[in-house]
Amino acid sequence: MARELWEGNQAIAEAASRVGLEAYFGYPITPQNEILEWMSRRLPELGRAFVQAESELGAINMVYGAACTGARVMTSSSSPGISLMMEGLSYIAGTEVPMVLVNVMRGGPGLGNIAPSQADYNQICKGGGHGDYHPIVLAPASVQEAVDLMPVAFDLAEKYLNICCILIDGSIGQMMEPVELPEMRPVQRKDFPWAVTGAKGRPRRILSSIYLDPPEEEKTNLRLLRRWQEVQEKELRYKEYFTDDADFIVIGFGTAGRVALSAVRAARAQGIKVGLFRPITVAPFPYKRVAELAQRVGAFLVVEMNAGQMLEDVRLAVNGSIPIEFYGRLGGVVPFPDEILSEIQRVAKAKLSADADPIANWMKRMEMVAR
Amino acid sequence: MATLMVPENLVYERPRSFTDAPTHYCPGCTHGVAHRLIAEVLDEMGLAERTIGVAPVGCAVFAYNYFDTDFVEAAHGRAPAMATGIKRVLPDSIVFTYQGDGDLASIGMGEIVHAAARGENITVFFINNANYGMTGGQMAPTTLPGMKTTSSPDGRDVETQGYPIRMAEMLATLDGAAYVVRRSLHDPANIRKAKKAIRIAFEVQDRKLGFSMVELLSTCPSNWNLSPVESLKWLEEHMIPFFPLGDYKVAPAVAELKI
Repeated sequence: MARELWEGNQAIAEAASRVGLEAYFGYPITPQNEILEWMSRRLPELGRAFVQAESELGAINMVYGAACTGARVMTSSSSPGISLMMEGLSYIAGTEVPMVLVNVMRGGPGLGNIAPSQADYNQICKGGGHGDYHPIVLAPASVQEAVDLMPVAFDLAEKYLNICCILIDGSIGQMMEPVELPEMRPVQRKDFPWAVTGAKGRPRRILSSIYLDPPEEEKTNLRLLRRWQEVQEKELRYKEYFTDDADFIVIGFGTAGRVALSAVRAARAQGIKVGLFRPITVAPFPYKRVAELAQRVGAFLVVEMNAGQMLEDVRLAVNGSIPIEFYGRLGGVVPFPDEILSEIQRVAKAKLSADADPIANWMKRMEMVAR
Repeated sequence: MATLMVPENLVYERPRSFTDAPTHYCPGCTHGVAHRLIAEVLDEMGLAERTIGVAPVGCAVFAYNYFDTDFVEAAHGRAPAMATGIKRVLPDSIVFTYQGDGDLASIGMGEIVHAAARGENITVFFINNANYGMTGGQMAPTTLPGMKTTSSPDGRDVETQGYPIRMAEMLATLDGAAYVVRRSLHDPANIRKAKKAIRIAFEVQDRKLGFSMVELLSTCPSNWNLSPVESLKWLEEHMIPFFPLGDYKVAPAVAELKI
């Protein structure tokens, strides 16, 4: 198909509707309203279900109900709205039904602002709702990548009976880029052996997240964990740029990774041997690959639009073996490539120590910037 | 030759829409009556095979163990939203929620009001027993003024704890609601009326006429600290005056139903 100019949110919505989405339930919140608006026109046109819910609580519980029937279902929201959905997400995880969540992050905490941010990495990657569960989280860095990940997200959710989240920020949601959308595929309701559809000609089915007997709940937790281990083994995605001969490597996801790539290219042009590692699955995080890279390079520079949330995963992977430096912008501020280039130039020259505290050192430099 | 077998005249049996599981409800509680009426109507209308129930959080949290139909278990108060999600992707199924007063009238107020406002084609059974039964008898949005509960130990003080909410009256104001009534389970005559309302509510849904809710005044002997018989009397004497029985919304298309 031809490449067309699409806004990120609309492209995501259209891509979902082309890969078999049967129902969307959502609530308005900036910067993801265009997904809701697109669905409100598109899904009824296709004879599928759309409801603008009374709240994010309502929306996620509508998703929960529809997911229990085995239908392809999704919702989308942004930071404060995702917080409200955490209750339903925990229930959905505990009931082991598939769904896709598009999480368009904005600046926080609290009401924050509507600018692009990555401050909800921990919230979605590390659970958010109560109980032991792990959503699968995919972090695209462009509109095309987000579109390409939509069918992947549904397939992963259905394969592992889990929540699959597309984690982007307001900039990817709202910028326009040339994209190639998938072909329209017919809706194919899978005949899941657990789906509640009415007990016609078969024993009744019950879907619930309640296991009153603790040993039964423990078995459920172990089942979730085994599935998660399989996801960790089989579903890791990441991209590497200029890592083969790199002296050190920048690590960033989503928009921060994309801005960092511009800086890495500029640094290469100046002869600095720097590479970029951009995780696409941020949950599960590619710990093993990061650990392998740590054996080959002298340092990592982690760049994020938050206060070092993914940094913690990188530190876990590196386990003190090489120095890690950090550069973050907060509260909806997007770093310019020049800023990251300066950081790359600094790291290239600096005498680094694996014992240094990357957050403390970054904050000292930040205080100069923010002043 | 005279037969020793007397021909069986079966006048009472377990509804087919019930499983064999004994319920966990306290002796004398009217949840069992409400369950049975729903199961009888599902039998009479032949709906069980396309029914999906939505259980609440509260005393009826295990309702799914008792009905021989597909069932899901919702988060506290969210049953109408979950029912919406199911019904929108399976419009020909029969979807009902079964909710208590804490679930429906407190934490789930947003979900129930908007499901009714959207005219969501689902059926809601609202068990009003004026307290939070499952958690040990705390004050509910339906607790009567002056009524003692574990969280209103001196009686509900309307000055600080506000007034009870009359859900049937409130939801009846919404255009999306097709059938909203209040019945009581305190004696056989009222139980029969309740069953008729349950039948109409399912007919409304089956004919896609809109949102239906049957509020059922119920007893809670364990938390009211009354015997089952005293509880029935207390319901009649104290609850009905505050929560009058009646039809609060019968849309014209519903009024025309011949059952």
